Amino acid sequence: MPSNPKIIVIGGGLAGLSAVIKIAEAGGHAELFSIVPVKRSHSVCAQGGINAAKNLKGEGDSTWQHFDDTAYGGDFLANQPPVKAMCDMAPGIIDLLDRMGVPFNRTPEGLLDFRRFGGTLFNRTAFAGATTGQQLLYALDEQVRRYEAEGKVKKYEQWEFLSAVLDGNRVCRGITAMDLRSMEVRVFPCDALIIATGGIGAIFGKSTNSVVCTGSAQSALYQQGAFYANGEFIQVHPTAIPGEDKLRLMSESARGEGGRVWVPKQQGDKRAPKSIPEAERWYFLEEWYPKYGNLVPRDVATRAIHKVVYENNLGIDGKPMVYLDLTHIDRKILDKKLEGILEIYEKFVGDDPRDVPMKIFPGMHYTMGGLWVDFGQATNIPGIYACGECDYSIHGANRLGANSLVSCIYGGFIAGPNAVKYATGLAPLADGQTYFDSEKKRQEEINGRLMSAQGNENPFAIWREMGDVMTENVTVIRYNKKLKAADAKVVELLERFRKINLSDRTQWANTTVVFARQLYNMLQLSRVIAQGAAMRDESRGAHYKPDFPERDDPNWLKTTKATFAADADEPRFEFEPVDVSLIPPRARRYDMAT
Amino acid sequence: MADKQIVLKIKRQLNPEAKPYWEEFALPWRANMNVISCLMEIALKPVTRDGKATTPVVYDSNCLEEVCGSCAMLINGKAKMACSTLVDKMEQPIVLEPFSKFPVVRDLAVDRSVLFENLKAVKAWVPIDGTYDLGAGPRMEAAEQEKAYPLSRCISCCCCMEVCPQFNESTGFVGAATISQVRLFNTHPTGKVLKGERLAALMGDGGIQECGYAQNCVEICPKDIPLTTSISQVGGQVMKQAIGDLFRK
Repeated sequence: MPSNPKIIVIGGGLAGLSAVIKIAEAGGHAELFSIVPVKRSHSVCAQGGINAAKNLKGEGDSTWQHFDDTAYGGDFLANQPPVKAMCDMAPGIIDLLDRMGVPFNRTPEGLLDFRRFGGTLFNRTAFAGATTGQQLLYALDEQVRRYEAEGKVKKYEQWEFLSAVLDGNRVCRGITAMDLRSMEVRVFPCDALIIATGGIGAIFGKSTNSVVCTGSAQSALYQQGAFYANGEFIQVHPTAIPGEDKLRLMSESARGEGGRVWVPKQQGDKRAPKSIPEAERWYFLEEWYPKYGNLVPRDVATRAIHKVVYENNLGIDGKPMVYLDLTHIDRKILDKKLEGILEIYEKFVGDDPRDVPMKIFPGMHYTMGGLWVDFGQATNIPGIYACGECDYSIHGANRLGANSLVSCIYGGFIAGPNAVKYATGLAPLADGQTYFDSEKKRQEEINGRLMSAQGNENPFAIWREMGDVMTENVTVIRYNKKLKAADAKVVELLERFRKINLSDRTQWANTTVVFARQLYNMLQLSRVIAQGAAMRDESRGAHYKPDFPERDDPNWLKTTKATFAADADEPRFEFEPVDVSLIPPRARRYDMAT
Repeated sequence: MADKQIVLKIKRQLNPEAKPYWEEFALPWRANMNVISCLMEIALKPVTRDGKATTPVVYDSNCLEEVCGSCAMLINGKAKMACSTLVDKMEQPIVLEPFSKFPVVRDLAVDRSVLFENLKAVKAWVPIDGTYDLGAGPRMEAAEQEKAYPLSRCISCCCCMEVCPQFNESTGFVGAATISQVRLFNTHPTGKVLKGERLAALMGDGGIQECGYAQNCVEICPKDIPLTTSISQVGGQVMKQAIGDLFRK
C-alpha cells in the first residue's frame, strides 16, 4: 500500500489543475503531463463566466433551480445525482476562486456581480470581464505552481500522452508518453491515472477549440477498452466568427449583456446594418422564443440561425451569417463587461463591434459526450479516472453556457481525492516490468511505422477531409443516410492513412509525426460519433434529426456506450438507462413556460 | 485575383545546435488569412517557392485567438502573435523568425520556460489556507478589480522580454511581465502577505534595478498591460523595502 501514492494527471486545463491541487492537498504526489505549458491550455478560451446559484440578486435562485435548469437544458440525458452534486458544490467553488484572487467583476457594494446566460431566467453567472476561463485557469495554475515550488507536483510540459499501461488484470499501472522535443517514448508508473484532456474540436476540422483539442487521449483509451459515452452529442455554438484557421467564439455573454441577433427582413438587403430601420429587421429569436429571447440554449439558437439562413434564405448578403448586435449598449458597460471578446472581433475582423453589428455563424464548440465515468469520476478501467470536457457525465444532450467551467472544477475535485483513495488501497504489482516494456515497444513501433511509411498521403490533407465530412454531416442537422456516408468516408480515410507519407522524418521536435498519431485517433473516434448519431433515431438536445423530430423517452432515454472491437477495428454499442430519480423528465420547450 | 500570392520568408533551424537557414514560400492568397493559416497551408503542401520539397514549419500555437500566448515570434522584425497578425495588413515578403533572446527549439519554436521559473521565484500566487470551503473571499471595490484585471490578462507571450534591451544574458533581468505580476499580487488583500518576499526576490542582480526605462515593453504588449506603471510602482516598493532593510541591520 503506497503511503504517498503517485497519481498521474493528463491535461493542465481547469479540470486537470483542480485534480492536481486536491491530490497535493491530500498528501499524494501528482505528476502533471501536458502538450503545452499548462498556462496555455484551452480553458483560457472560455469567455463568459461560471455558473453558481449564489442568489446575490434577490431573485430567489437556488442550487436546486440550477440543477433543474441544467437537467432540463440537457434534455434529461444526464444522470441526475452528479449534476445535483455539481450544482450544490458550485457556490463554494466560486468562493474558493474568489479567495485565490480571480478578479471577478464586482457590484457597487464590492460583492461578486452575476449576469444572465442561456437556458436560465436567473442572473447566475459570475464573470471576470469576458476572459473568465483565462482568469480561472491562471488562478489554479498559480496554486499548482506553488505546490510545484514545494515539491508536491512535478510537471511534464511538452509531453504527449500515448497510452495507459495495463497489467494482466487490465488494471492501470502507468502510462507511456512522448517527449515532444526529443521524441523519446518513456513509461511512467503510477498508482492511478486521471484524464483531463478536454475537447475534440479538431475532429471537425475548424472549431472554436484550441489546436491541442484533438481527443487523441480519449480515443487511445477507448481503443484500450474504456467506454466512450454519448459521443453523438456535439454542441455547435450559435455565435462564432468564421475564420481561415479556426472559428473564433463570440461569447454567449454578449447576449447576456443585451446583445440581439437579427437579419434584414428583406432578402439580399445591401444596406449597411446601422441604416436598416428597426421595423425592417427580424429579431427571430425574440419572436420565436418570447420568454427566453436571445438567451435560449445553444442548440435552440443554432437551429434557429440555420433555419433563417438555409430555409428562409435570409443570411446577410446571401451568405451564411447573421448579425449579433451590441451597438445599442453603452460603450462603457461594454468595455467593463465584454472587452476581451470585443477585442477579438476587432483584431480578427477589423470592425469595432461597439459601432458595427458583428457577423456571426454557428461553429462546432463542445462535446457533451466523452469517456464514460461513474458518479465518482472513475472510468470502467480500474485506476483510470476522467474529468472535465473529456468525460460525459454532466451536460446530457446539450450543455448550458457557463456550466463548463464549473463542471471542470467539480470533476477535478471529485476525481483527485477519489484517485488518491483508490491508490492508497491498491495492491502493488509484483512483476510489472513486462507490461511496461511491451507497451513501450508497441508505441515505438507505431512511431517507427509512421516514420518509415512510403505512401503518398499527407496527414494534414486527410485531416481536412475528415473535418469537412464531419462538419457537413454530423453537426446541426442529421440524416441517417448522410451519417452512414460520413462513417464510410472515415473508413476510406483510415484506409488512406495506412498509405501515409510524412514529409518530416527527423527525430527532433517533429510535429508531423505527432499530428499523424493524433489523426489516427481522431479517425477512430469520429466513427463513434457518426455511428452513435446514426443509431439514435430521435431528436434530443443538440442531436437533431428532421426524420425523427421528437424526443423519444420510451426508446431513447438512455446513455450510448461505445466500446472498441479490436478484431473488427470498429465500435460496438450498448445502452444504459439514465438515472432520472430526482427530476422526472418533462417536455423541453423554450417558447413558453413549462 | 485568383493568382494573387502571399510570399513568406521563414528562418528555419533543425535543432538548438544546428545552423539557421532561410526558406521562401509562395502561397495562394485568400481573404482574411493570418500568419497561422499560412503556416497551416505550408504543412498541407511543404514545398518552397522554388519547388523544393521541405518539412512543415515547426511553431508553437494553441488557442489562435491571442489568449494562450503560444505563437509569439518575430514578424517582419517585430515581436507579434502569429494568430492576430493578418496577412493583408503586412508588407510582403512576410518575414518570420524565432524570438532572438530565447533558445530556439526548432524553426519558430523557442523555449520560454524562464518566465515560468521567474513567476515561481517571486511567488506569484495568493497563499490560501486550502481549497476546503472557507466562505467568501475578501470584499473588493469595483475600482480595485478594474485595476487588477488588466494586469491579470498577461498571456506570458514574452514579447516584453524579447524587445527589452536589458533582457539578456549579462544582466539576467527578470523582465516586465514578472514585475507586473508582483504588482498584481502585492495589491491583492490576501496576496500582499508575501509582498516582502516578492520584493526581496526583485532586489540585486537581475532584479528590477536592471530596467533601463526604454519603455519598449509597454509599446509591444499585445494586451496593452500598463507595464511601465507596474515597473515604477514595484520599483518604489523595492526601494522603500531596501531602505527599511538598511535601518533594520
